[in-house]
Amino acid sequence: MSLERSIFVDPSRCIGCGACVAACRECDSHRGKSMMNLDFLNRGESTLALPTVCMHCTDPVAPCAQVCPVDAILVSDDGVVHSPDPSRCIGCQNCVHGCPWGVPKFDVEEQLAHKCNLCYDRTSVGLGPMCATVCPSDALYYGTADEVLASRPNRKVVDVFSFGAQELQSGNWVVVPDEFSVLTFPMVGP
Amino acid sequence: MSPQRTRKAFRLSTPPGVDDFHEAGAGPAGGWETDEADERWVSTHCAFCGVQCGMHLRVAGQEVIGVEPRTDTHNKGKLCPKGVAAYQQISHRERLTHPLVRDGGVLRRATWDEALDRVVDGIRRIQAAGGPDAMATYGGASMVNEKTYLLGKFARVALGTRFTDYNGRMCMVSAGAANYRSFGIDRSANPLSDVAEADVLLVLGANVPETFPVYIRWFWEAMDRGATMICVDPRETALARVAQLHLPIRPGTDGALLNAMLHVIVRDGMVDEDFVAAHTAGFAEASAAVADWTPERAGEVCGVPAADIERAAQLYGRADKAMVSHARGMEHQVMGSRNAMAAINLCLATGNIGRKGAGYGTITGQGNGQGGREHGQKCDQLPGQRHFTDPGAIEHVAEVWGIDPADMPGPGEPIFAQLDRMEAGEIRGLLNICSNPMVSWPDEARTRRILEGLELYVVIDIFLSESALLADVVLPGSAWAESEGVVANSDALVCKINKAVDPPGEAKPDLWILAEIARRLGKGEHFPDQTPREVFDELRRASAGGRADYYGITYERLEAEGPIAWPCPTEDHPGTPRMFEDLRFNTDDGKAHFNAVEVDPPAEEPDAEYPIRLTTGRTVAHYLSGNQTRRIGYLTDQTPSPWVEIHPNTAAEHGIVDGAPVRVTSRRGSTVLPAMVVRTIRQDTVFIPYHWASPVAANQLTKSSFDPISWIPAFKTAAVRIEASEEPAMTVTPPPVFEGGRG
Repeated sequence: MSLERSIFVDPSRCIGCGACVAACRECDSHRGKSMMNLDFLNRGESTLALPTVCMHCTDPVAPCAQVCPVDAILVSDDGVVHSPDPSRCIGCQNCVHGCPWGVPKFDVEEQLAHKCNLCYDRTSVGLGPMCATVCPSDALYYGTADEVLASRPNRKVVDVFSFGAQELQSGNWVVVPDEFSVLTFPMVGP
Repeated sequence: MSPQRTRKAFRLSTPPGVDDFHEAGAGPAGGWETDEADERWVSTHCAFCGVQCGMHLRVAGQEVIGVEPRTDTHNKGKLCPKGVAAYQQISHRERLTHPLVRDGGVLRRATWDEALDRVVDGIRRIQAAGGPDAMATYGGASMVNEKTYLLGKFARVALGTRFTDYNGRMCMVSAGAANYRSFGIDRSANPLSDVAEADVLLVLGANVPETFPVYIRWFWEAMDRGATMICVDPRETALARVAQLHLPIRPGTDGALLNAMLHVIVRDGMVDEDFVAAHTAGFAEASAAVADWTPERAGEVCGVPAADIERAAQLYGRADKAMVSHARGMEHQVMGSRNAMAAINLCLATGNIGRKGAGYGTITGQGNGQGGREHGQKCDQLPGQRHFTDPGAIEHVAEVWGIDPADMPGPGEPIFAQLDRMEAGEIRGLLNICSNPMVSWPDEARTRRILEGLELYVVIDIFLSESALLADVVLPGSAWAESEGVVANSDALVCKINKAVDPPGEAKPDLWILAEIARRLGKGEHFPDQTPREVFDELRRASAGGRADYYGITYERLEAEGPIAWPCPTEDHPGTPRMFEDLRFNTDDGKAHFNAVEVDPPAEEPDAEYPIRLTTGRTVAHYLSGNQTRRIGYLTDQTPSPWVEIHPNTAAEHGIVDGAPVRVTSRRGSTVLPAMVVRTIRQDTVFIPYHWASPVAANQLTKSSFDPISWIPAFKTAAVRIEASEEPAMTVTPPPVFEGGRG
């Protein structure tokens, strides 16, 4: 279960323009709702921005799907972690809290959770997802690791992330300077 | 090939063996919602900036319902947030759908006949009393060339006035004047893709990530290749953030910096003597003008270390292939044209011109920023970028227009020179199409006085802009996706815009409106009812033999081949992506001309009363005066209101904290905006984005000062004072809507 083509997130290239946020809203499967997160990390100091997409975690089974009590989140054979099935979702928000990336969003009016489905209507037939298709700076790129490494010197791609004692492997990748191997996130809270 | 094709005819990016995703039948378990059964896609380019990204509009019936990215040579499917949301302006509930006339001080609905009678009677009355030149036109470079061409012809033939000008006066005229003096032609010498091929990049006053996001790919490619970037900007933009050398100069001092760089290049023998001797003129004078401009002196003026200026000159001067790119930051100054000439002097001194990866480009702001200045709506030019001083220009164009050359009005004046005549009562009527001066012109209070003082003020627009709100007659025109036409993008690539839907309600195509006014003025023989294609074919003939020669470009070629760069004199000509490859220039002597640059101080220097420099500019979610983007929910969600950027040290001095209200006051006006306290700006400078109307308009604060050569306003160099405000930040006024809405 791994994606043939993935999204590569390269924060060093992000210009913070918000095209990914706007384009995500145009996806036919959740028209008008953006599943993208874009953050200025510390605008007081820098224009540095970071897009956060669903990483479509693979190992263990995506946390959002693992914690869903009603199996509303389908992981299809091609590695895509789908949005909660609205006919099953009970609005418990386990996925919202269980995701280490903060991706699933809860719609209070609908009492339903939503998340990125890698533009399944597009990517399942070989098109790029909206966010990476429009991204002006290739901070989001849809393709293969070979393509990314061939065009970006002194970079490597990682798909293993360490959250305290917990390691997580993902279907999408992050592009980092080549001295990195595993991206480690400090434990937050007690 | 028809421009309107069903989506089945398209192949996007690289889907293996699949034409589009709707056909393949794949989908998630729960399915997804699609809007339509009869959806079709119209291939076009974006409504907004000078990049002109390719896109498909998704259309159902007479409604534009969405966007699908489209791979074109220069955007490869990429779009910025404005491009993604551009389609939402078309079938927008606030569109003007019928004419309006002013009665008893208020606008009311009118029929076309009544509104046009008012326009025609007003023009006749004004011209009977004050002569043909008492009426003026003011156009926009967001219009396709068919419209800008017809507007120039309308002014000269239907009105017989010499006073026509356009909003590129705030955009491209400094660079244009410099290009013309240096190269004899007004366009970017190199395509911006050459940035990716350069070893050294010098970028001045160009916030590429926010103003031309899709062009950033060339810069990132250059960095991947190991290029060195020098970025000149008072703010640390997302481009400056990654530059090896960032020169955060004091706004308005680019000329000093560039002169010092030339000084070092001459001093250290980095001049390409062979190139200069063979292909240029005027080096001795230009070099003499920089003799005193040591890096130390420039460092004092620019407020950056002399060593950094020295390093910039060494990097640029020793590069094999160097590219200079600049935009409005360097051009919105009294030094605007001279700054651009000083930048070109660097290219010429080092032989960086006419080669792949070595050259010069000014990045045009508006969708048709290049084309909008070359077919006759600009005051000093006739179609084909012909100047009135060019031999045969008047005869050629008069013949195409079917008028006696003796009846051709002479060259006019820049709009900002015309304002003095409006204040003096010499120009008493104005027809404004596709521009919103109440937000975009400097010194908003003066703008209001002038527009309100006109005897006849007519606006053709798609929305009731802040400027249309002051008009005597408002005529609802056609939006970007409502007519066919061509634009020339920043690289002088002529791109075809295609029609998706008809104008809403009673709104009419702009071409029809101009021609109908002309017909009612008795000039019908020169203004038959023409399709856009017929107007374009007339434009092609009018431009033939001119500098901006479009003769070889046809709608058929654009549809079959994609964008073509002018000059393109014959139908078998491939177009000209890069100029001067033969090192022949369009000047009389065929040489590129150095221009000696004398440095003047900015229009207004900070002093004890107004000690802070104000610079204004754009933000990524909005476009120009915001008449379109401030009505698009996605974009106002992203950036609902303006702010003032202040360095933390300056903020602390004034007791200002991040997010707190700040009163910003200049000699012209005052506003209260929330502070954005950031280290990414000079301590002596504050920044305000300008897309909003009063009471939060940046142009309440700017000064009516202009570049004496190009008449571009010095937007970047006002002086202000700032103080922590007791009052909360002022609230954004929503863009005006006609009461009663769509009727």
